[in-house]
Amino acid sequence: MRPLQPVAPGARIALGISFFVLFFAIWAFATFGGYVSKTFLADPVTMVRSGYDLLANQGFIKDIGMTVWRVLGGFLIAAVLAVPLGVLMGAYKPIEAFFEPFVSFARYLPASAFIPLLILWAGIGEAQKLAVIFIGSFFQLVLMFAVSVGNTRRDLVEAAYTLGAGDRGIVTRVLLPSSAPEIAETLRMVLGWAWTYVIVAELIGASSGIGHMITDSQALLATDQIIFGIIVIGVIGLVTDFAFKALNRKLFPWARL
Amino acid sequence: MNILEISQVSKTFAGTNGGTVALQATDLSVAENDFITILGPSGCGKSTLLRMVAGLDTPTTGSITLDGHPVSGPGADRGMVFQSYTLFPWLSILQNVCFGLREKGLPLAEQHAIARQFIAKVGLKGFENHFPKQLSGGMQQRTALARALANDPRILLMDEPFGALDHQTRELMQELLQGIWEAERKTVLFVTHDIDEAIFMGNRVVVMSARPGRIKCDLKVDIAHPRHYSVKTTPAFVELKARLTEEIRIEVQRAAGLIPEAA
Repeated sequence: MRPLQPVAPGARIALGISFFVLFFAIWAFATFGGYVSKTFLADPVTMVRSGYDLLANQGFIKDIGMTVWRVLGGFLIAAVLAVPLGVLMGAYKPIEAFFEPFVSFARYLPASAFIPLLILWAGIGEAQKLAVIFIGSFFQLVLMFAVSVGNTRRDLVEAAYTLGAGDRGIVTRVLLPSSAPEIAETLRMVLGWAWTYVIVAELIGASSGIGHMITDSQALLATDQIIFGIIVIGVIGLVTDFAFKALNRKLFPWARL
Repeated sequence: MNILEISQVSKTFAGTNGGTVALQATDLSVAENDFITILGPSGCGKSTLLRMVAGLDTPTTGSITLDGHPVSGPGADRGMVFQSYTLFPWLSILQNVCFGLREKGLPLAEQHAIARQFIAKVGLKGFENHFPKQLSGGMQQRTALARALANDPRILLMDEPFGALDHQTRELMQELLQGIWEAERKTVLFVTHDIDEAIFMGNRVVVMSARPGRIKCDLKVDIAHPRHYSVKTTPAFVELKARLTEEIRIEVQRAAGLIPEAA
Protein backbone atom coordinates (compact mmCIF):
# COMPACT_ATOMS: atom_id res chain seq x y z
CA MET A 1 0.00 0.00 0.00
CA ARG A 2 1.50 3.32 -1.11
CA PRO A 3 0.00 6.82 -1.07
CA LEU A 4 -2.41 7.54 -3.96
CA GLN A 5 -1.71 4.22 -5.66
CA PRO A 6 -4.92 2.96 -7.33
CA VAL A 7 -6.62 -0.25 -6.22
CA ALA A 8 -7.72 -2.97 -8.68
CA PRO A 9 -11.49 -2.91 -9.46
CA GLY A 10 -12.10 -6.42 -8.07
CA ALA A 11 -10.21 -5.68 -4.87
CA ARG A 12 -12.12 -2.42 -4.49
CA ILE A 13 -15.49 -4.20 -4.53
CA ALA A 14 -14.24 -6.95 -2.18
CA LEU A 15 -12.91 -4.38 0.30
CA GLY A 16 -16.13 -2.36 0.16
CA ILE A 17 -18.29 -5.40 0.85
CA SER A 18 -16.02 -6.74 3.57
CA PHE A 19 -16.59 -3.68 5.73
CA PHE A 20 -20.36 -4.25 5.52
CA VAL A 21 -19.75 -7.85 6.61
CA LEU A 22 -17.53 -6.71 9.46
CA PHE A 23 -20.14 -4.18 10.57
CA PHE A 24 -22.89 -6.80 10.71
CA ALA A 25 -20.55 -9.27 12.42
CA ILE A 26 -19.79 -6.83 15.24
CA TRP A 27 -23.46 -6.00 15.56
CA ALA A 28 -24.39 -9.71 15.72
CA PHE A 29 -21.60 -10.38 18.23
CA ALA A 30 -22.76 -7.55 20.51
CA THR A 31 -26.44 -8.57 20.44
CA PHE A 32 -26.30 -12.40 20.32
CA GLY A 33 -23.45 -12.43 22.81
CA GLY A 34 -25.71 -10.64 25.28
CA TYR A 35 -23.39 -7.65 25.64
CA VAL A 36 -26.22 -5.23 24.77
CA SER A 37 -29.76 -5.42 26.12
CA LYS A 38 -32.40 -6.40 23.53
CA THR A 39 -34.50 -3.47 24.72
CA PHE A 40 -31.97 -1.01 23.36
CA LEU A 41 -30.63 -2.80 20.33
CA ALA A 42 -32.30 -5.60 18.37
CA ASP A 43 -30.13 -8.28 16.82
CA PRO A 44 -29.75 -8.46 12.99
CA VAL A 45 -31.96 -11.54 12.60
CA THR A 46 -34.87 -10.00 14.52
CA MET A 47 -34.39 -6.84 12.50
CA VAL A 48 -34.67 -8.71 9.20
CA ARG A 49 -37.66 -10.71 10.44
CA SER A 50 -39.59 -7.65 11.58
CA GLY A 51 -38.56 -5.87 8.42
CA TYR A 52 -40.21 -8.66 6.44
CA ASP A 53 -43.26 -8.39 8.69
CA LEU A 54 -43.39 -4.61 8.11
CA LEU A 55 -43.27 -5.03 4.36
CA ALA A 56 -45.58 -8.06 4.10
CA ASN A 57 -48.24 -7.31 6.72
CA GLN A 58 -48.11 -3.69 7.83
CA GLY A 59 -48.06 -1.83 4.51
CA PHE A 60 -44.57 -0.40 5.00
CA ILE A 61 -44.16 -0.36 1.21
CA LYS A 62 -46.75 2.40 1.13
CA ASP A 63 -44.74 4.40 3.67
CA ILE A 64 -41.61 4.00 1.57
CA GLY A 65 -43.54 5.11 -1.51
CA MET A 66 -44.82 8.20 0.30
CA THR A 67 -41.35 9.19 1.44
CA VAL A 68 -39.80 8.68 -2.00
CA TRP A 69 -42.61 10.68 -3.58
CA ARG A 70 -42.07 13.56 -1.15
CA VAL A 71 -38.33 13.67 -1.68
CA LEU A 72 -38.62 13.57 -5.45
CA GLY A 73 -41.47 16.10 -5.50
CA GLY A 74 -39.82 18.64 -3.23
CA PHE A 75 -36.46 18.17 -4.85
CA LEU A 76 -37.82 18.50 -8.38
CA ILE A 77 -39.58 21.76 -7.54
CA ALA A 78 -36.38 23.08 -5.97
CA ALA A 79 -34.24 21.97 -8.94
CA VAL A 80 -36.59 23.33 -11.62
CA LEU A 81 -36.52 26.77 -9.98
CA ALA A 82 -32.86 26.68 -8.93
CA VAL A 83 -31.38 25.86 -12.35
CA PRO A 84 -32.51 29.04 -14.15
CA LEU A 85 -31.78 31.29 -11.18
CA GLY A 86 -28.37 29.72 -10.54
CA VAL A 87 -27.41 29.91 -14.22
CA LEU A 88 -28.49 33.55 -14.47
CA MET A 89 -26.56 34.41 -11.31
CA GLY A 90 -23.46 32.66 -12.62
CA ALA A 91 -23.71 34.36 -16.00
CA TYR A 92 -24.76 37.90 -15.07
CA LYS A 93 -22.84 39.50 -12.23
CA PRO A 94 -25.46 42.19 -11.38
CA ILE A 95 -28.07 39.45 -10.91
CA GLU A 96 -25.58 37.62 -8.72
CA ALA A 97 -24.91 40.77 -6.70
CA PHE A 98 -28.67 41.17 -6.19
CA PHE A 99 -29.48 37.64 -5.01
CA GLU A 100 -26.24 36.20 -3.69
CA PRO A 101 -26.15 37.85 -0.23
CA PHE A 102 -29.73 36.80 0.54
CA VAL A 103 -29.29 33.29 -0.81
CA SER A 104 -26.09 32.88 1.21
CA PHE A 105 -28.01 33.96 4.31
CA ALA A 106 -30.98 31.73 3.54
CA ARG A 107 -28.69 28.78 3.03
CA TYR A 108 -27.82 28.83 6.72
CA LEU A 109 -31.42 28.88 7.89
CA PRO A 110 -31.88 25.29 9.12
CA ALA A 111 -34.72 23.65 7.20
CA SER A 112 -35.70 21.58 10.23
CA ALA A 113 -36.22 24.73 12.32
CA PHE A 114 -38.89 25.81 9.83
CA ILE A 115 -40.97 22.70 10.51
CA PRO A 116 -42.99 24.15 13.44
CA LEU A 117 -43.67 27.27 11.41
CA LEU A 118 -44.58 25.28 8.32
CA ILE A 119 -46.95 23.11 10.35
CA LEU A 120 -48.71 26.31 11.43
CA TRP A 121 -48.91 27.52 7.86
CA ALA A 122 -49.52 24.34 5.92
CA GLY A 123 -50.60 21.75 8.47
CA ILE A 124 -49.02 18.30 8.49
CA GLY A 125 -50.01 17.50 4.93
CA GLU A 126 -47.91 17.04 1.84
CA ALA A 127 -47.40 20.77 1.20
CA GLN A 128 -45.52 21.04 4.48
CA LYS A 129 -43.20 18.12 3.61
CA LEU A 130 -42.48 19.53 0.16
CA ALA A 131 -41.80 22.95 1.67
CA VAL A 132 -39.25 21.55 4.13
CA ILE A 133 -37.37 19.79 1.34
CA PHE A 134 -37.60 22.86 -0.85
CA ILE A 135 -36.17 25.17 1.82
CA GLY A 136 -33.45 22.66 2.61
CA SER A 137 -32.25 22.20 -0.95
CA PHE A 138 -33.21 25.24 -3.06
CA PHE A 139 -30.70 27.75 -1.67
CA GLN A 140 -27.85 25.25 -1.67
CA LEU A 141 -28.59 24.36 -5.28
CA VAL A 142 -28.76 27.98 -6.43
CA LEU A 143 -25.41 28.90 -4.89
CA MET A 144 -23.61 25.83 -6.19
CA PHE A 145 -25.05 26.24 -9.71
CA ALA A 146 -24.00 29.90 -9.75
CA VAL A 147 -20.45 28.94 -8.77
CA SER A 148 -20.27 26.19 -11.41
CA VAL A 149 -21.47 28.49 -14.17
CA GLY A 150 -19.26 31.35 -12.98
CA ASN A 151 -16.21 29.08 -13.10
CA THR A 152 -16.55 28.45 -16.83
CA ARG A 153 -13.15 28.74 -18.51
CA ARG A 154 -12.76 32.33 -19.71
CA ASP A 155 -10.75 31.30 -22.76
CA LEU A 156 -13.66 29.16 -24.00
CA VAL A 157 -15.98 32.15 -23.63
CA GLU A 158 -13.51 34.33 -25.53
CA ALA A 159 -13.13 31.71 -28.27
CA ALA A 160 -16.92 31.64 -28.66
CA TYR A 161 -17.04 35.43 -28.91
CA THR A 162 -14.42 35.45 -31.68
CA LEU A 163 -16.52 32.84 -33.51
CA GLY A 164 -19.38 35.30 -33.59
CA ALA A 165 -21.42 34.17 -30.60
CA GLY A 166 -23.64 36.79 -28.97
CA ASP A 167 -24.45 36.99 -25.25
CA ARG A 168 -27.32 34.57 -25.64
CA GLY A 169 -25.10 32.13 -27.52
CA ILE A 170 -22.48 32.40 -24.77
CA VAL A 171 -25.04 31.41 -22.12
CA THR A 172 -26.76 28.61 -24.02
CA ARG A 173 -23.85 27.23 -26.03
CA VAL A 174 -20.89 27.71 -23.67
CA LEU A 175 -21.82 28.40 -20.05
CA LEU A 176 -24.62 25.82 -19.87
CA PRO A 177 -22.95 22.85 -21.58
CA SER A 178 -19.61 23.48 -19.90
CA SER A 179 -21.13 23.48 -16.41
CA ALA A 180 -23.75 20.77 -17.06
CA PRO A 181 -21.70 17.91 -15.57
CA GLU A 182 -21.09 19.90 -12.39
CA ILE A 183 -24.76 20.87 -12.22
CA ALA A 184 -25.69 17.19 -12.45
CA GLU A 185 -23.14 16.33 -9.77
CA THR A 186 -24.58 19.04 -7.50
CA LEU A 187 -28.08 17.62 -8.00
CA ARG A 188 -26.81 14.19 -6.98
CA MET A 189 -25.21 15.53 -3.82
CA VAL A 190 -28.08 17.75 -2.68
CA LEU A 191 -30.59 14.96 -3.31
CA GLY A 192 -28.75 13.08 -0.55
CA TRP A 193 -29.37 15.99 1.82
CA ALA A 194 -33.04 16.14 0.82
CA TRP A 195 -33.42 12.63 2.25
CA THR A 196 -32.39 13.89 5.68
CA TYR A 197 -34.90 16.73 5.60
CA VAL A 198 -37.84 14.51 4.65
CA ILE A 199 -37.18 12.10 7.49
CA VAL A 200 -36.94 14.95 9.99
CA ALA A 201 -40.20 16.37 8.67
CA GLU A 202 -41.86 12.97 8.99
CA LEU A 203 -40.52 12.42 12.49
CA ILE A 204 -42.11 15.63 13.72
CA GLY A 205 -45.54 15.52 12.15
CA ALA A 206 -46.80 12.97 9.65
CA SER A 207 -49.35 10.20 9.33
CA SER A 208 -47.35 8.18 6.82
CA GLY A 209 -43.79 7.73 5.58
CA ILE A 210 -40.62 6.06 6.81
CA GLY A 211 -40.08 8.72 9.49
CA HIS A 212 -43.62 8.23 10.74
CA MET A 213 -43.05 4.47 11.07
CA ILE A 214 -39.87 5.17 13.04
CA THR A 215 -41.68 7.44 15.56
CA ASP A 216 -44.45 4.85 15.96
CA SER A 217 -41.86 2.16 16.60
CA GLN A 218 -40.16 4.32 19.20
CA ALA A 219 -43.40 4.36 21.23
CA LEU A 220 -43.38 0.52 21.14
CA LEU A 221 -39.65 0.27 21.86
CA ALA A 222 -39.40 -1.69 18.62
CA THR A 223 -35.71 -1.03 17.94
CA ASP A 224 -35.74 -3.77 15.29
CA GLN A 225 -38.24 -1.75 13.21
CA ILE A 226 -36.41 1.52 13.77
CA ILE A 227 -33.16 0.01 12.56
CA PHE A 228 -34.88 -1.56 9.58
CA GLY A 229 -36.36 1.82 8.65
CA ILE A 230 -32.97 3.49 8.89
CA ILE A 231 -31.39 0.79 6.75
CA VAL A 232 -34.12 1.16 4.11
CA ILE A 233 -33.34 4.89 3.90
CA GLY A 234 -29.65 4.09 3.50
CA VAL A 235 -30.29 1.52 0.77
CA ILE A 236 -32.58 3.85 -1.20
CA GLY A 237 -29.99 6.61 -0.89
CA LEU A 238 -27.24 4.32 -2.13
CA VAL A 239 -29.31 3.07 -5.08
CA THR A 240 -30.34 6.57 -6.24
CA ASP A 241 -26.75 7.71 -5.88
CA PHE A 242 -25.51 4.88 -8.11
CA ALA A 243 -28.28 5.56 -10.62
CA PHE A 244 -27.43 9.25 -10.69
CA LYS A 245 -23.72 8.55 -11.19
CA ALA A 246 -24.46 6.12 -14.02
CA LEU A 247 -26.78 8.64 -15.68
CA ASN A 248 -24.17 11.41 -15.44
CA ARG A 249 -21.53 9.17 -16.99
CA LYS A 250 -23.88 8.40 -19.84
CA LEU A 251 -24.97 12.00 -20.38
CA PHE A 252 -21.51 13.56 -20.21
CA PRO A 253 -19.00 11.10 -21.66
CA TRP A 254 -16.62 13.97 -22.53
CA ALA A 255 -16.29 15.05 -18.88
CA ARG A 256 -14.44 11.86 -17.97
CA LEU A 257 -11.92 11.92 -20.82
CA MET B 1 -5.01 48.09 -49.79
CA ASN B 2 -5.11 48.29 -46.01
CA ILE B 3 -7.93 46.44 -44.35
CA LEU B 4 -6.88 46.87 -40.73
CA GLU B 5 -5.75 50.20 -39.32
CA ILE B 6 -4.38 50.46 -35.81
CA SER B 7 -3.80 54.10 -34.93
CA GLN B 8 -2.35 55.51 -31.72
CA VAL B 9 -3.59 52.50 -29.78
CA SER B 10 -2.29 52.17 -26.24
CA LYS B 11 -3.26 50.10 -23.26
CA THR B 12 -2.81 50.86 -19.59
CA PHE B 13 -3.98 48.29 -17.07
CA ALA B 14 -5.45 49.86 -13.94
CA GLY B 15 -3.50 49.42 -10.73
CA THR B 16 -1.51 51.26 -8.11
CA ASN B 17 0.79 54.18 -9.14
CA GLY B 18 -1.34 55.03 -12.15
CA GLY B 19 -1.43 51.48 -13.50
CA THR B 20 0.86 49.53 -15.81
CA VAL B 21 1.47 50.66 -19.36
CA ALA B 22 1.26 47.46 -21.40
CA LEU B 23 1.41 49.15 -24.78
CA GLN B 24 2.53 52.64 -25.79
CA ALA B 25 0.68 54.47 -28.56
CA THR B 26 1.10 52.19 -31.57
CA ASP B 27 0.33 52.49 -35.28
CA LEU B 28 0.12 49.52 -37.61
CA SER B 29 -1.48 49.09 -41.02
CA VAL B 30 -2.30 45.65 -42.32
CA ALA B 31 -2.84 45.18 -46.05
CA GLU B 32 -5.06 42.58 -47.66
CA ASN B 33 -3.27 39.18 -47.87
CA ASP B 34 -0.54 40.29 -45.47
CA PHE B 35 0.93 37.72 -43.13
CA ILE B 36 2.35 39.86 -40.35
CA THR B 37 4.22 38.26 -37.48
CA ILE B 38 4.55 40.26 -34.28
CA LEU B 39 7.75 39.28 -32.53
CA GLY B 40 8.73 40.27 -29.03
CA PRO B 41 9.78 39.08 -25.58
CA SER B 42 7.21 38.20 -22.90
CA GLY B 43 5.48 41.23 -21.49
CA CYS B 44 5.94 43.44 -24.57
CA GLY B 45 2.19 43.83 -25.04
CA LYS B 46 2.03 41.84 -28.28
CA SER B 47 -0.81 39.63 -27.05
CA THR B 48 -2.57 42.70 -25.66
CA LEU B 49 -2.40 44.32 -29.08
CA LEU B 50 -3.86 41.21 -30.71
CA ARG B 51 -6.61 40.93 -28.09
CA MET B 52 -7.58 44.55 -28.73
CA VAL B 53 -7.88 43.82 -32.45
CA ALA B 54 -10.03 40.82 -31.55
CA GLY B 55 -12.20 43.10 -29.40
CA LEU B 56 -11.51 41.08 -26.25
CA ASP B 57 -9.71 44.03 -24.63
CA THR B 58 -10.50 47.72 -25.08
CA PRO B 59 -7.75 50.19 -25.99
CA THR B 60 -7.10 52.94 -23.44
CA THR B 61 -6.50 55.39 -26.30
CA GLY B 62 -6.56 55.26 -30.08
CA SER B 63 -8.74 53.42 -32.53
CA ILE B 64 -8.79 50.19 -34.50
CA THR B 65 -10.74 49.96 -37.75
CA LEU B 66 -11.40 46.94 -39.93
CA ASP B 67 -12.54 47.81 -43.46
CA GLY B 68 -13.22 51.30 -42.17
CA HIS B 69 -15.52 50.15 -39.38
CA PRO B 70 -14.33 50.79 -35.82
CA VAL B 71 -13.77 47.68 -33.71
CA SER B 72 -15.97 47.88 -30.61
CA GLY B 73 -16.16 44.24 -29.54
CA PRO B 74 -15.43 40.70 -30.66
CA GLY B 75 -16.99 39.48 -33.89
CA ALA B 76 -16.90 36.71 -36.46
CA ASP B 77 -14.97 38.93 -38.93
CA ARG B 78 -11.86 38.51 -36.75
CA GLY B 79 -11.18 34.82 -36.15
CA MET B 80 -8.75 33.89 -33.42
CA VAL B 81 -6.56 30.94 -32.53
CA PHE B 82 -5.36 31.02 -28.92
CA GLN B 83 -2.25 29.61 -27.31
CA SER B 84 -4.32 27.58 -24.84
CA TYR B 85 -6.46 24.73 -26.10
CA THR B 86 -9.85 26.34 -26.53
CA LEU B 87 -11.86 23.65 -28.29
CA PHE B 88 -15.19 23.10 -26.57
CA PRO B 89 -14.63 19.81 -24.73
CA TRP B 90 -18.31 18.78 -24.92
CA LEU B 91 -18.44 19.05 -28.72
CA SER B 92 -16.98 16.65 -31.26
CA ILE B 93 -14.33 17.89 -33.69
CA LEU B 94 -17.00 18.33 -36.37
CA GLN B 95 -19.31 20.23 -33.99
CA ASN B 96 -16.43 22.41 -32.85
CA VAL B 97 -15.65 23.43 -36.42
CA CYS B 98 -19.37 24.05 -37.00
CA PHE B 99 -19.66 26.33 -33.94
CA GLY B 100 -19.39 29.66 -35.74
CA LEU B 101 -21.34 28.44 -38.78
CA ARG B 102 -24.23 27.44 -36.54
CA GLU B 103 -24.05 30.83 -34.87
CA LYS B 104 -24.46 32.34 -38.36
CA GLY B 105 -27.60 30.27 -38.82
CA LEU B 106 -26.45 28.12 -41.77
CA PRO B 107 -28.44 24.95 -42.43
CA LEU B 108 -26.87 21.87 -40.86
CA ALA B 109 -25.98 20.19 -44.15
CA GLU B 110 -24.11 23.29 -45.29
CA GLN B 111 -22.35 23.59 -41.91
CA HIS B 112 -21.14 20.01 -42.20
CA ALA B 113 -20.00 20.43 -45.81
CA ILE B 114 -17.89 23.50 -44.96
CA ALA B 115 -16.56 21.99 -41.72
CA ARG B 116 -15.53 18.72 -43.40
CA GLN B 117 -13.67 20.66 -46.08
CA PHE B 118 -11.58 22.53 -43.46
CA ILE B 119 -11.09 19.44 -41.31
CA ALA B 120 -9.62 17.78 -44.40
CA LYS B 121 -7.40 20.83 -45.03
CA VAL B 122 -5.79 20.52 -41.60
CA GLY B 123 -5.36 16.78 -42.13
CA LEU B 124 -7.91 15.56 -39.60
CA LYS B 125 -10.21 13.57 -41.88
CA GLY B 126 -11.49 10.60 -39.91
CA PHE B 127 -11.41 12.41 -36.55
CA GLU B 128 -14.74 14.23 -37.02
CA ASN B 129 -16.47 12.36 -34.22
CA HIS B 130 -13.64 12.43 -31.69
CA PHE B 131 -13.80 14.62 -28.61
CA PRO B 132 -10.98 17.20 -28.30
CA LYS B 133 -9.38 15.44 -25.32
CA GLN B 134 -8.91 12.33 -27.44
CA LEU B 135 -6.58 14.32 -29.72
CA SER B 136 -2.96 15.41 -29.24
CA GLY B 137 -2.13 19.07 -28.63
CA GLY B 138 -1.06 19.58 -32.25
CA MET B 139 -4.28 18.04 -33.55
CA GLN B 140 -6.33 20.23 -31.20
CA GLN B 141 -4.61 23.36 -32.50
CA ARG B 142 -5.20 22.23 -36.08
CA THR B 143 -8.87 21.86 -35.23
CA ALA B 144 -8.85 25.34 -33.69
CA LEU B 145 -7.33 26.63 -36.94
CA ALA B 146 -10.00 24.84 -38.99
CA ARG B 147 -12.69 26.24 -36.69
CA ALA B 148 -11.42 29.79 -37.18
CA LEU B 149 -10.97 29.41 -40.97
CA ALA B 150 -14.36 27.75 -41.51
CA ASN B 151 -15.95 30.95 -40.27
CA ASP B 152 -14.26 32.79 -43.18
CA PRO B 153 -13.05 35.81 -41.16
CA ARG B 154 -11.66 38.94 -42.84
CA ILE B 155 -8.53 38.59 -40.74
CA LEU B 156 -7.12 35.68 -38.76
CA LEU B 157 -5.54 36.49 -35.40
CA MET B 158 -3.12 33.96 -33.98
CA ASP B 159 -1.78 34.36 -30.44
CA GLU B 160 1.27 32.08 -30.15
CA PRO B 161 -0.89 29.24 -31.45
CA PHE B 162 1.95 26.72 -31.44
CA GLY B 163 3.54 27.97 -28.21
CA ALA B 164 2.41 24.98 -26.14
CA LEU B 165 3.60 22.39 -28.68
CA ASP B 166 6.91 20.57 -28.78
CA HIS B 167 9.52 21.78 -31.26
CA GLN B 168 8.99 19.10 -33.94
CA THR B 169 5.20 19.39 -33.88
CA ARG B 170 5.54 23.16 -34.04
CA GLU B 171 7.61 22.97 -37.23
CA LEU B 172 5.04 20.66 -38.84
CA MET B 173 2.29 23.07 -37.84
CA GLN B 174 4.20 25.99 -39.38
CA GLU B 175 4.47 24.16 -42.69
CA LEU B 176 0.81 23.22 -42.60
CA LEU B 177 -0.26 26.80 -41.89
CA GLN B 178 2.16 28.08 -44.55
CA GLY B 179 0.59 25.71 -47.08
CA ILE B 180 -2.93 26.80 -46.17
CA TRP B 181 -1.96 30.46 -46.33
CA GLU B 182 -0.34 30.03 -49.74
CA ALA B 183 -3.59 28.48 -51.00
CA GLU B 184 -6.03 30.92 -49.35
CA ARG B 185 -4.02 34.12 -48.87
CA LYS B 186 -5.99 34.95 -45.75
CA THR B 187 -4.82 38.12 -43.99
CA VAL B 188 -3.08 37.01 -40.79
CA LEU B 189 -1.75 38.71 -37.68
CA PHE B 190 0.46 36.20 -35.90
CA VAL B 191 2.04 36.78 -32.47
CA THR B 192 5.12 34.78 -31.50
CA HIS B 193 8.33 34.97 -29.50
CA ASP B 194 10.08 32.45 -31.78
CA ILE B 195 12.36 34.19 -34.29
CA ASP B 196 12.47 31.30 -36.79
CA GLU B 197 8.72 31.08 -36.70
CA ALA B 198 8.34 34.84 -37.21
CA ILE B 199 10.52 34.81 -40.33
CA PHE B 200 9.29 31.54 -41.79
CA MET B 201 5.61 32.46 -41.45
CA GLY B 202 5.58 36.19 -42.16
CA ASN B 203 5.79 38.60 -45.07
CA ARG B 204 6.49 41.29 -42.53
CA VAL B 205 8.02 40.95 -39.10
CA VAL B 206 7.06 43.60 -36.56
CA VAL B 207 9.46 43.64 -33.61
CA MET B 208 8.20 44.95 -30.29
CA SER B 209 10.21 46.27 -27.38
CA ALA B 210 9.64 45.32 -23.81
CA ARG B 211 7.85 47.17 -21.02
CA PRO B 212 6.29 49.43 -22.05
CA GLY B 213 5.59 47.76 -25.37
CA ARG B 214 6.01 49.65 -28.60
CA ILE B 215 6.89 48.79 -32.17
CA LYS B 216 10.64 48.89 -32.57
CA CYS B 217 11.03 47.95 -36.21
CA ASP B 218 9.02 46.59 -39.09
CA LEU B 219 10.93 44.44 -41.61
CA LYS B 220 9.86 42.90 -44.88
CA VAL B 221 10.67 39.23 -45.37
CA ASP B 222 11.86 38.82 -48.95
CA ILE B 223 11.60 35.07 -49.22
CA ALA B 224 9.55 33.77 -52.11
CA HIS B 225 6.54 31.51 -51.81
CA PRO B 226 5.94 28.62 -51.73
CA ARG B 227 8.23 28.30 -48.75
CA HIS B 228 9.69 24.93 -47.98
CA TYR B 229 11.20 24.26 -44.54
CA SER B 230 14.62 24.24 -46.20
CA VAL B 231 14.44 28.06 -46.58
CA LYS B 232 15.42 28.19 -42.91
CA THR B 233 19.04 27.56 -43.96
CA THR B 234 19.20 30.01 -46.91
CA PRO B 235 21.47 33.11 -46.58
CA ALA B 236 18.52 35.53 -46.74
CA PHE B 237 16.83 33.74 -43.83
CA VAL B 238 20.00 33.45 -41.77
CA GLU B 239 20.86 37.12 -42.29
CA LEU B 240 17.39 38.25 -41.18
CA LYS B 241 17.52 35.90 -38.23
CA ALA B 242 20.87 37.36 -37.12
CA ARG B 243 19.46 40.86 -37.24
CA LEU B 244 16.27 39.96 -35.37
CA THR B 245 18.21 37.97 -32.78
CA GLU B 246 20.22 41.11 -32.05
CA GLU B 247 17.10 43.29 -31.80
CA ILE B 248 15.29 40.85 -29.51
CA ARG B 249 18.35 40.19 -27.36
CA ILE B 250 18.57 43.83 -26.36
CA GLU B 251 14.88 43.84 -25.47
CA VAL B 252 15.14 40.69 -23.38
CA GLN B 253 18.11 42.13 -21.51
CA ARG B 254 16.23 45.35 -20.95
CA ALA B 255 13.16 43.47 -19.75
CA ALA B 256 15.36 41.49 -17.36
CA GLY B 257 16.85 44.72 -16.01
CA LEU B 258 20.35 43.88 -17.26
CA ILE B 259 20.73 47.16 -19.15
CA PRO B 260 19.10 50.53 -18.41
CA GLU B 261 15.75 51.52 -19.94
CA ALA B 262 15.82 53.21 -23.32
CA ALA B 263 15.45 56.96 -23.21
